[in-house]
Formats: sequence, C-alpha cells, structure tokens
Amino acid sequence: MTEQNELERLTQRNAAKRKLINNLFIFFCGFCTLIAIIPLGSILFEVVKNGYPAISWEFLTARPGAIGSAEGGIGPAIQGTLIIIALTTLLGVPFGVVSGIYLAEFGDSKFAKTVRIVNDMLTEFPSIVIGIFAYYIVTIVLIGSFSAFGGAFALAIIMLPVVARTTEESLRLVPNGLRESAAALGIRKWRYTWSVVISAARRGMVNGIMLSVARITGETAPLIMTILGSQWFFSSFFGPIDALPLRIWRLSLLPYEYARIQGWGAALVLITIVLTLNIIVKYVTRSKVRT
Amino acid sequence: MSNIKLKTESLNAMFNGQKAVDDVNLEFPKNTITALIGPSGCGKSTLIRTMNRMHELTPATDATVEGKVVLDNKNIYDSDVDPTLIRRRVGMVFQKPNPFPTMSIFDNVVAGLKLNGLRDKTKLREICESSLKGVALWDEVKEDLDKSGTSISGGQQQRLCIARTIAVQPEVILLDEPCSALDPISTSKIEQLLTELKKQYTIIIVTHNMQQAARVADTTAFMYLGKLIEVGKTQKLFENPKEEMTENYITGKFG
Amino acid sequence: MNADKIFKQFSSVMAFSAIGIMILIVFVLVTQSAPVWQEFGLDFAFGSDWNPVEGRESYGVRPYIYGTLITSFLALLLAVPISIGIAIFLSELAPPIIREPLSFIVELLAAVPSVIYGLWGLFIFRFYIRDYIEEPVINSLGDTIPIFSGIPFGLDLFTAGIILAVMIIPTISSVAREVIYAVPATQKEAAYALGATRWEMMRTSVFNYAKSGLFGACVLGLGRAVGETMAVTMVIGNTIGAQALPESLFQPGQSMASIIANEFNEADPGSLHPSALIGVGLILFFFALIIQLFSLYLRERSLKVGEVLD
Repeated sequence: MTEQNELERLTQRNAAKRKLINNLFIFFCGFCTLIAIIPLGSILFEVVKNGYPAISWEFLTARPGAIGSAEGGIGPAIQGTLIIIALTTLLGVPFGVVSGIYLAEFGDSKFAKTVRIVNDMLTEFPSIVIGIFAYYIVTIVLIGSFSAFGGAFALAIIMLPVVARTTEESLRLVPNGLRESAAALGIRKWRYTWSVVISAARRGMVNGIMLSVARITGETAPLIMTILGSQWFFSSFFGPIDALPLRIWRLSLLPYEYARIQGWGAALVLITIVLTLNIIVKYVTRSKVRT
Repeated sequence: MSNIKLKTESLNAMFNGQKAVDDVNLEFPKNTITALIGPSGCGKSTLIRTMNRMHELTPATDATVEGKVVLDNKNIYDSDVDPTLIRRRVGMVFQKPNPFPTMSIFDNVVAGLKLNGLRDKTKLREICESSLKGVALWDEVKEDLDKSGTSISGGQQQRLCIARTIAVQPEVILLDEPCSALDPISTSKIEQLLTELKKQYTIIIVTHNMQQAARVADTTAFMYLGKLIEVGKTQKLFENPKEEMTENYITGKFG
Repeated sequence: MNADKIFKQFSSVMAFSAIGIMILIVFVLVTQSAPVWQEFGLDFAFGSDWNPVEGRESYGVRPYIYGTLITSFLALLLAVPISIGIAIFLSELAPPIIREPLSFIVELLAAVPSVIYGLWGLFIFRFYIRDYIEEPVINSLGDTIPIFSGIPFGLDLFTAGIILAVMIIPTISSVAREVIYAVPATQKEAAYALGATRWEMMRTSVFNYAKSGLFGACVLGLGRAVGETMAVTMVIGNTIGAQALPESLFQPGQSMASIIANEFNEADPGSLHPSALIGVGLILFFFALIIQLFSLYLRERSLKVGEVLD
C-alpha cells in the first residue's frame, strides 16, 4: 500500500511543525489571559496606592471644601450613592422581579420573546442615552429639577433587565415537579408561584439583585444629567444630590493636586463597594453549586 | 511478526480517581472484529476510549489511565508518544453521527488528510472517492459532494463518518455503539460494511445490542462493573458461556 | 376574573414595561431632537461644525461619529484576538483548578466602574501610552504615515481605543466562552479522533461550528464600545467641531457619548444646544440598535447550526 506509506511519511514530516503550531497556539491563549489580567492588577494597585493616603474619618464623612482648598471630603457622595442605590432598588426590583416571573412562568408567547429581546437590548444600551431619557422624563417633565429621584429612575431602567433575566433564570432552575405537585394539591398558580417557586429560587434572585446593584453603583453617565451633583448632604428626593462616581469624575477635572488625591480616595471607596458585592455574589453562588 | 495488533495490559481508567475500567487484559488480533458487550456503565465505552487516548480528553473531569495499551509492540502511553499521531492510526466512530455541519461532504471526508498536511487536490479527490466507495456511499452522494455533511440521512451520515475515519488510513478502527442512533436498515448496511472492512483493518466495536455482536464479531468480550468477565470466540461465548454472570447477561436476566 | 388571571395580567403588564421604556426612549429622543433636525436637516448628521455660541449656532455630528467609530474599531482590533484567546484558554486549555479563579478575575474586569477606568487612564495609563508607544511610533513612522503623526500627549483617540479594548474584553470573552461551550463534545471528539492537535481541533470543529456565534460576541463587544461613556470622556482629549476629525490616531478627538457627557450640563436651555446633544443621543441610539440586532441575529444563527444535528 504505497498510499498509506505516503500518508505516514507526510504525517511524520509534519508532526514537529504541527506540534510547534499547537504549542504556539496554547502559549498565545495563555498569554492573552495574562495580558487581560495586567490592567486589572494595575488598576487595583494604583487605586489602593493613591487612594489609601486620602482615607480618613474626615474624608469619609465631611462635606467637600471650597474648590481649591484641600479641606473636606466625600461624605455627601457616599451618602448620595447609598440613597440612590436604595431608591433604585425600590423602583427597579419590583419591575424586574415581576417581569422575570412572567418570563419564567408564562414565557412561551411571542410577546414574552419580544420582552426578552428588548430586555437584552436594554441591558447593553448606552447608559448615557438612558440618562437623556431620564433627564427629559424626570428632570424636565415630572419634577422640574435635578433630583435623586431622576438618578434612581435612570439607574432603575438599567437595573430592570438585569434583575428580570436573573430572576427568570433562577425560576427556571426550580424543578417542574415542585410546581406540579403544588398544582395537584389544588393550590392556585399565583399562590404556589409566590410561596413555593419563589422561595425555592430566592437565593439566585437575591444574587441577581446584588449583581445589578454592583452594576449600577459604578454607573456615572446617566447621573450627569439627572442628579447634577451637590456639595451638601441629602435634603430631598426632589433636589440635587451627590454620588461617588460623579464626584470622582468632577474631581478628576480639577487642576489641583488635592483633587487628584481625593479622586483616588473616592475611587478606592467605590471600587471596594463594587468588588465586595461581586465577591459576595461569587462566594454565595459557588457554595450553592457545592451543596 | 505476531498476529496481535493491539492489546491492553493491566489497564485501569479513572474519572476523578474512580475506576471505570478495572485491570483489563485483552488482545485484539489483526483483521478481526472484537465486540465489547455489557450493561450500560460497565466501562466498555471508556475502555475503547483509552485505546486512542481519547479518554484523557473527556471534558470537565480528571480522566486518567494506568497500565498499558500496546499497539504494534509500543505502549501508546509512553511519554515519548504523541497522542495525535496515535489517533490517526487508531480511528474512532461515535455513537451519534458527527459530521462537521459547516463542511461539505467532500471536506468532511478529507478533513483528516488535510490536517496531516496532504494538500494535493487530485490525491484528495482520489482518496475521497475510494473512502466513500469503501463505505458504499459513493453512488449515493457522488453528485452532492459539495453539499453539507449534515444534509444526508442519519445512516448516510454515520457511513460518512466511517469514510472520514478510513480516509486517514488507520490501522485500527474503534466504533462506540455506532448504530444506536440508526434505523434497522442503516444498521444492517453498517454491519455488512464492517465485515468488509475487517479485511483491511482491525476493528473493535462497543455495542449494547447482543444480536449485533453475534452477527458481526469474531471475538466477543463481556464486561461488568469495569472488569473484563469473559472473552472468547463469539459463537462460543453466546452458546456456551463459562461464567455465570455472562450467561445471566446474555439470557437477559439483567442488563 | 379569577386570581390566576389577574396574576398573569399583572405580571405581563410589568414585563411590558421594558418595551414601553424602549418605545418612550425613541419618542423622547425624536421629539426632543426635532428642533435641531428642523434647523439643520441632514447637515446635522454629516456636518462638522460645532458652535453653541448664541447667534452663531451650528451643529454637525460627523466628527463624533468618526471618533466613536475609530475608537471602537481600534478597540475591536485589539480586543477580539485577546478575548477569543482567553475564551479558548478558559474553556479548553487551562487546568481545571485555575479555570474558575481565572475566569472570575476576567469577570472582575467588567465589574470595575467605567469612571475608575477613566481615572486610571487619565493619571496612569496615559503616560505609558505616551512614553512607550506614541513617542517611538511617532518618531519612527510619524513622518511617513499620517495616522501615526502628531505630538505624543497620551489623551487621544488611540488611548481611548485601548482603554475601550480592555473594557470590552470581558464582554467578548464571556460570550465567546458560552459559544465555545455550546459546541457539542461530539464535534470536538470528531476532530480529535482524526488526529487533530488542540489547535487543529479548534480550527476544524469549534471555529467552523461557532463562527457565527463568535462573530456575534465580537459585535456585542462593538456595541459596548460604541456606548461606553465615562472612560472615553476622560481620555479622548475632548476637542470639538472640525478639530475632532484628526487624521492621526495620536491626536485628541471626541466620541458621541463623550460630547454628550461633556456638554450636557452646560447647554443653555434656551438654545438649540440641548436639542443638538439629544440628537447626538438619537444617532448613538441607532448605532447601538443596529449593532445589537446584528449581534443577536448572529448568535441566534449560531445556535441553529446545532439544531441541524439533533
């Protein structure tokens, strides 16, 4: 069989080359992963290194000083961010959760498919466009002023599809037998969905909500046109308010050394909140997989 | 030269440390068909997957092998052996037909040749034709060589996969329940084909279908819980098994 | 009407809110940008003047479309090979023990707030780019190749593109990973059984099978890049009008998102300026919409290849 010999010869001749290409390929893929980790490392390193000196009790609790003076801190920004997160969660979670329930429990219609696609699109949408929308609806039409509520409105729109999707996914993980056995007992669907299905999926849903909170905590763009920023502590849901990411941006625009230090300090606070949320979620989902 | 093409020596295969194949010693003579039978989960699929070093590629588990698989007097688990070269010499056909869906029939058949560096167009055409003839598929698809590999029927797809395997001129062909997804007519075509193919190749087939083993195999080996229970001439094993467990299995008392 | 019906009706109304919001967004963008379209017509989309001064008002978005596209494509150019490499490494190559922690780290890249990328870009990364890339490149190629000319400054289209690349890597790599996971094991085994190396298996099985999905992942990354605001705003240099149409990558520019972020709070409500910025938002919306629909179509099509087999 000369044909076989020829193929054998070819194989032998090419073996080394193929192995080399393969090794280069594996090296390349590993190298890519390394390359991507470097910026993360650098960011964390710089934020901690430059932000740590700024951190003090006064910095975390005081109002910003006059522009140009190194006094003061980011108290209102931290307070504002917490208030906006709370308000956003209050607004976004009910819509997100109930949408998710609808998609999981009645989700085979054309309408549900459309909702899913629109949710997907909304998740990926330029947040600044959502900011413009919230600006018009809340700042211009509803309230007539920059406000905490406007910021929360914009962020809730970003939060809604994330919560809807994670809720749907966690509900779908609940075995159908649970639904059927509840239905067989003559329990109405809304009741057993509420008491049986949701309680079985609670953990996944809470995780999704935390992830969405992590995501909106760092959102800046929509806040520019909705909350404006403020030097003062919170006074009203219907007036301007400060927020950490916005404060970081504003500080970065100032040509003073102190502003730069404060900016890094604020960044350290923000990244700590965001990463902590992410790590908690990761930890909880991992231990869930184990059990 | 000995008549034994392939043999296993004290072969163990593990998933995450758990034994799926337990101390198996088996010999496969040249140009014969050996059938591996046994209930599901008995380790027969795992066993043949060790013979072309596919076992270690099983995703998401830590799949390991101990012992030897000797191909032409060379242990394929020796550290100087390149598994990709072994896999060309020991071809494999899977349970579900798995032609490459985005490739044409022609490209499917010659895929392995191209990997090995054969670029000559006329050579590729020749081998494609002879391989498809070898699996009795040529007349059915010769007009449609540029159609997708998944455009043909399931039975044809499985024969296409066999053609793809023999195109790289292997010495041994492993078949892992090749007919379990096929209808009876396609199954009988493949069985005829196997008896034809054994003239050139050494064939090992895993099957859960005892009639199939009886029809095509020269030798049959019965496995249970990872262990080789009994091996012998097919007719003898089915008519006059030595082990009680084998008898219970082939008479349908369990499995 | 019984309680179950009410339950279904109520939840469907809530689910509709996303669609309602989408429709309202379009409505608001169109009506609120109408004045600027009425005043300038298509010149608004294609012009390159940008002057909000009263009496001399003139608005054209072309430079910002240019800035968005240049930075996004630069980002894709860098991020696509790296992301696909990561996706393959984490799904096929990395030892199981380091897979989980490594993918978590890559996911964390997506969790870092955009404004912190911006801060890092503005105060740290910019200088690396300036000293180690821009200066040598400008000195050696700047005279012959216009896109590499200019003065090294570090706040320009190039830096914006690179930061965007870092930011979209986790997006592309995580979707690409899912796409690679979705390739049936039988396909991978088919290639291995023919004697393919890992690379050859990728080429014959995975890339062929999943190319449309991988392409979809990249388009999704493009969508992210196009809409990304803060980080870009902080490093792109922020020039306006015709100046934001530089011929070199190493000159400052402006993207659609960044012009909105920069000028929105300064716009005089009595002028056309807010309307012009909302108009930029409308154009950005359409870019994002088309990119997203395209990405969705590609990923759907990728899943359908699998159905042929089953």
